[in-house]
Amino acid sequence: MKTRDLTELAARNLREAVLRNSLTTLGIAVGVASLVALLSLGVGLQQLVDRSVARAGLFDTVSVRPRQSTPFGQPGGGRRTPRDTAELAPPRALDETARKEISALPNVLEVNPEVRFTAEARREPNSQLVIVAGMAASSQNSGTLDGMTGNFFSSSDADEAILQGDLAKRLLDEGQAPNSLIGQEVTLRFAQRQALPPPSQQVASDAPNQAVSPDEEAMGFSIVPSEKKFRVVGVTPTSDSGGGPVGFNNAGVYLPLDVAEKLQVVQGSELRDLARSSQGEGERYASLNVRASGPSAVAQIETEVTHMGFAAFSLIDVTRNLRTFFAIFDLFLGIFGSLALAVASLGIINTLVMAILERRREIGVLKALGAANRDVRQLFFAEAGVMGLVGGIFGVALGWAIGRVIQLGTMVYLKRQGLSSPNIWSVPWWLVLGAIVFAVLVSLASGIYPASRAAQLDPVEALRYE
Amino acid sequence: MSLASIGTQDPRLKLLHVNLRSMNVSETSASSSGFAIHADHVSREYKMGDALIRAVNQISLDVPPGEFLALLGASGSGKSTLLNLIAGLDRPSSGAIFAQGRDLATMSSEELASHRNKTIGIVFQSFQLLPRMTLEENVELPLRLAEVPRAERPGRVRESLDRVGLGARVKHRPTELSGGEQQRAAIARALVNRPMILLADEPTGNLDTKTGEEIMSLIAGIHRPASGPGRTIIMVTHERLLAEKYADRIVTLSDGAIASEERLR
Repeated sequence: MKTRDLTELAARNLREAVLRNSLTTLGIAVGVASLVALLSLGVGLQQLVDRSVARAGLFDTVSVRPRQSTPFGQPGGGRRTPRDTAELAPPRALDETARKEISALPNVLEVNPEVRFTAEARREPNSQLVIVAGMAASSQNSGTLDGMTGNFFSSSDADEAILQGDLAKRLLDEGQAPNSLIGQEVTLRFAQRQALPPPSQQVASDAPNQAVSPDEEAMGFSIVPSEKKFRVVGVTPTSDSGGGPVGFNNAGVYLPLDVAEKLQVVQGSELRDLARSSQGEGERYASLNVRASGPSAVAQIETEVTHMGFAAFSLIDVTRNLRTFFAIFDLFLGIFGSLALAVASLGIINTLVMAILERRREIGVLKALGAANRDVRQLFFAEAGVMGLVGGIFGVALGWAIGRVIQLGTMVYLKRQGLSSPNIWSVPWWLVLGAIVFAVLVSLASGIYPASRAAQLDPVEALRYE
Repeated sequence: MSLASIGTQDPRLKLLHVNLRSMNVSETSASSSGFAIHADHVSREYKMGDALIRAVNQISLDVPPGEFLALLGASGSGKSTLLNLIAGLDRPSSGAIFAQGRDLATMSSEELASHRNKTIGIVFQSFQLLPRMTLEENVELPLRLAEVPRAERPGRVRESLDRVGLGARVKHRPTELSGGEQQRAAIARALVNRPMILLADEPTGNLDTKTGEEIMSLIAGIHRPASGPGRTIIMVTHERLLAEKYADRIVTLSDGAIASEERLR
């Protein structure tokens, strides 16, 4: 029999027992809906994490450090990573030359030193120890400053600061809104590095703050406390309002990167370099943040930087694990969602077996008129397939609706809790198509037994059946 | 001696049996080629518990093309079983049946289905129309199964229903028709694929005498139409008067075997 005739007969048969077939189809629809609703939540959550991590710049950033910068005796100290041992290039100093070389690599947008130190933030009469970080202009749109009130730095050398909401709260008097700190000044007290002059000049001068020109051979540096005032231009949301720190480089105070560099704050790596006999000349960086043109370029940059003799680290490896986690998470959601479909498939088997009993005589007539076993089998398959297709389509629509309701419910709940309400639900096209195809396949598989049973009916017996 | 009666248990006889069988088949095939139906020592046995029921017992029968044969007999005489075997709805336990020269025993189930669809048309005592379909849909079924092009089907359906006088009832469902009309529709369905052999199993069994007469007149008209070729008709009935009135030959069955045979025309 031709496919069109088969489909017409199947649709006619399904229409005849409309209530029973509708209930069976509804069972499939509910199964598909649970599958779609659960998977769309899984996909939505994964996309939420992907978006957050991507916005925080974690996917397109490579952190570069000098190799073997951690001493023995410290956890992980002196350990060579597999990547280290795989490369032959000897360790190099992470200095200005290296920065330029890395900047010249393909797909590298910018290379910035990581400036990060501890300081005391003070606004009389309150003070608080905080982590201060230099922030490049390119980080303006990263997730770090999501929900910030105020403005970004007016220029790269402005004495301006952006404060984390919680810190702003602590610096203000009780009851004042964190945003009220915008426009006011905050003093940062930090440990400043001041180069010592060569021994010949040391005797002549006792002034501790005297700067030494770069071309002079410095013998080391002294550490002195220093203070500087910054005008607050922005305040990020407080953690209890859902806007806590985002990204691995979060801090309490953000300064323009150039300004933070010029503060000459002592960094831990400088103490290590000082202890080394093989220290070179010029400025050395504790760490450089390399921003790639996109997440796909990160692995290549990591490899090339490692070849150059540095240690490279990115969150790509971490996110790979995250993706594995979500794949397993989605698999479990899919299995739970499929359970309802499995129950629905029993409904299909039941419906079709009942149909065989009811239509026993009809099958006999069809065979007497010339229907081959194959025709009868295909007819029952077609009926199962039509139920699967219709159930699949309705199921996707129902799953979409359920997902939407869950999304709305979550948004209302989060808003009531004073938290932001991200989109945790997504129905991609592959899920729509996949769910419908899956429903049809499950229905066809459910139809195997009834269809073969119908095909094997003895026509003489079937015609006698009352 | 029937080949079926040759034992195959003895390995020494097995080769002889095969050779004899192949000779016999080719001989039978040659001799059957001129008949619409040729049954050669056909038996059909059923197992009911421990008992072996022989519904048809060693029947040999030749039906020439264009003959109207009536199979007469009491209930349980094996006439419907024989008709089912000829229709290819059932397979004989032993013996062979040839329809227009082709051995039904050698046919696959697909080929048998095609035989039922194209070579023969079947009319049942209880009409066996599908109640959910209209008359035209019922009559169209064999055309769907034969994969006749859709454009050709309405004309064929109309032609068949017109022939049995139901051209005005195409949209009616079987339940909206009288018994006689239902049987007419069943005849239209049996003829729509233009088979050369029409098998009728008690076609008047569920009808009153007058309507039964009308149906028999219709079948007689199919057997010998005013124009065009006639058809071979094998009709199972227990009504001798109807058989004598319309059939060319009457074969009476008793206990699964041919008890008598009389040629009327």
